[in-house]
Amino acid sequence: MKINGKSENKSLLRFTTAGSVDDGKSTLIGRLLFDSKSIFEDQMEHIVQSGKRLGREELDLSLLTDGLRAEREQGITIDVAYRYFATPARKFIIADTPGHIQYTRNMVTGASTADLAVILIDARKGVLEQTIRHSFIASLLDIRHIIFCINKMDMVNWSEQVFSNIKDELGLLSDKLNIIDTHYIPISAKYGDNVVDKSENMRWYTGKTFLNLIETIEIRKNKNPDNKRFPVQTIIRPHTQEFHDYRGYAGRVAGGVFRPGDEVTVLPSMRKSKIKSIDVLGKTLSETITGDSVSISLNDDIDISRGDMMVSTDDLPVISQDINLMICWFNENPMKIGGRYLVKLNSNEAGCIMKAVNYRLNINTLEHDTENRSVNMNDIANISIKTSKPVFFDSYKKNNITGSMIFIDEGTNETVAAGMII
Amino acid sequence: MININNEHLKDLEAEAIFVMREVAAQFENKVILFSGGKDSIVLVHLARKAFWPARIPFSLLHIDTGHNFEETLKFRDNLAKEFSAELIVRCVQDSIDTGRVVEERGFNASRNKAQSITLLDAMEELKIDVAIGGGRRDEEKARAKERFFSHRNEFGQWDPKNQRPELWNIFNGRKHNGEHFRVFPISNWTELDVWQYILNENIKLPGLYYTHRRKVFSRNGVYLAWAPFMQLKPNEKVFETDVRCRTIGDITCTGVTLSKAKSLEAIISEIAATRVTERGGRYDDKRSEAAMEDRKKEGYF
Repeated sequence: MKINGKSENKSLLRFTTAGSVDDGKSTLIGRLLFDSKSIFEDQMEHIVQSGKRLGREELDLSLLTDGLRAEREQGITIDVAYRYFATPARKFIIADTPGHIQYTRNMVTGASTADLAVILIDARKGVLEQTIRHSFIASLLDIRHIIFCINKMDMVNWSEQVFSNIKDELGLLSDKLNIIDTHYIPISAKYGDNVVDKSENMRWYTGKTFLNLIETIEIRKNKNPDNKRFPVQTIIRPHTQEFHDYRGYAGRVAGGVFRPGDEVTVLPSMRKSKIKSIDVLGKTLSETITGDSVSISLNDDIDISRGDMMVSTDDLPVISQDINLMICWFNENPMKIGGRYLVKLNSNEAGCIMKAVNYRLNINTLEHDTENRSVNMNDIANISIKTSKPVFFDSYKKNNITGSMIFIDEGTNETVAAGMII
Repeated sequence: MININNEHLKDLEAEAIFVMREVAAQFENKVILFSGGKDSIVLVHLARKAFWPARIPFSLLHIDTGHNFEETLKFRDNLAKEFSAELIVRCVQDSIDTGRVVEERGFNASRNKAQSITLLDAMEELKIDVAIGGGRRDEEKARAKERFFSHRNEFGQWDPKNQRPELWNIFNGRKHNGEHFRVFPISNWTELDVWQYILNENIKLPGLYYTHRRKVFSRNGVYLAWAPFMQLKPNEKVFETDVRCRTIGDITCTGVTLSKAKSLEAIISEIAATRVTERGGRYDDKRSEAAMEDRKKEGYF
């Protein structure tokens, strides 16, 4: 990454890694970091020393990401660790997530901001329950790109047959889960085959290496420029001589493109106005797109507060008190049917009642369970809720930002569930 | 040609501004933990961007160990004045004088750890319910585990094994009385990102970050700046050379780097080629295997 003081125009790819215990996830990350020269001398010295103290015989690259004392002692990943590396082509943020089922909530945390998921499979073991669970969570979170790395190919004699059998099985799974963009790479993280360099042992594989794929894969983001969504976070009122009448609505664009002169409808009041200006620190912008943090001012002085949303007049979100959604339950206390919780949708908050559990998902078989409707920690379920006031939202598939919400227990203030609106 | 439309920096900036605005909306008494180092200077810049043309809605809180580089303090005062931000300073010396903290002794004595107590006392005194910090996940392995919105119990402690799930960009800042939050808007930035951003945005920094002549001595392979309160071991010799600071903290634990980098461009080239992490020169992290995790649990930044 030689740059000589010039900054290159790199895009950012956020990806998450998943797979079962001992499938070589840490080795894969370790190799990526090694080969992109992202492990520094003092970090290396540190993991060598630390490995000795813990009595590990071989260099243990998992010590790089397992940063908590308890994780290092037990040799497991409890919480997400974020790692950063760059190549001349791209910048990467890796969310290295735990594989154990009891830490599913941390896996969901890591995966919720990812554009791409890497799922490792041990070539000797093939598709396991864990593979299905992680693929399902990726599809539930609408991660559109999945790379299945079939690892430990060295232990199955670099067999093309083994690879294609697993690939066929994963293909069926992906179809069932409606995953749009899937890739399959036979690798040996330990020896580096098809990680950075092409494998000499598997000449039958003609696709990209892992690094080459993540450097070049085109990430499909949202999508429709007319589907304008701007949730208001806070109001900017300077009260100074110079900006006496300035009233800006601060937020991050959650969908579409906004330009000065565009007509917008403000929810929940349904009042219409036109965009006067779009500002960031003294600069006026001619347009702003999804992902930008800006301040927008309008031609008319209308009542807008935190939690309101500016949207395109001809493509309104759903406005309702009844919501049907998929949830992932995180808390030790089971969900209370008929219970009251607080929901947060973007900057908007409302009370809600859990009306019904429509089904629970058996995450290993992907079957709907309508017999047992109790929702416990790490369960995924389809539920219906009623909010205390009308709220505005899209389906999660249409817009991940305006279609997602979290549930908070008002007694403990803990985040108890994540919801994806259907 | 320097490209100022750096796509990944734009993304990181938008994320940080979003987080700052969530803090402004969800909390009452808000401070930026301001050390005069580059990360906290970048935080102030981001806060200006997030709320322009209004003033930044946060006070700047400096926990002063009394072992500062003088230039940092001048820089701090000027910056607060320039952006009309309220500056609050609380001193570790006062905590020592009142017996809240016992000063460490010996060659490696540092007030770094004592800052946590002064900080927690200040937060209680001023009823601060959120402190925004410039911590980044790439700095250190315990920090790699931190959430953007990081909950602290009524003792100011972090419970890393039981953090709140943090989904998408929906931040839950709800808490009980006496609890508070630490928020890290630049969690996802790397050291190189910070420097490129400083270059792109033309952000002013203290001169200590650029090459200058300074009296230094070497200890365990790290160059430390000499100051009258530093105790030297018999074999340690003070000499003058060209150095710059890669991080700026308390003098007693901030290593300096031999460097002739005069410009941001030169610094960026140097960092892109370096084989040691930014905190590789930080004495405070070298104390034990989980030095940072332990300090963070106690209430450190």
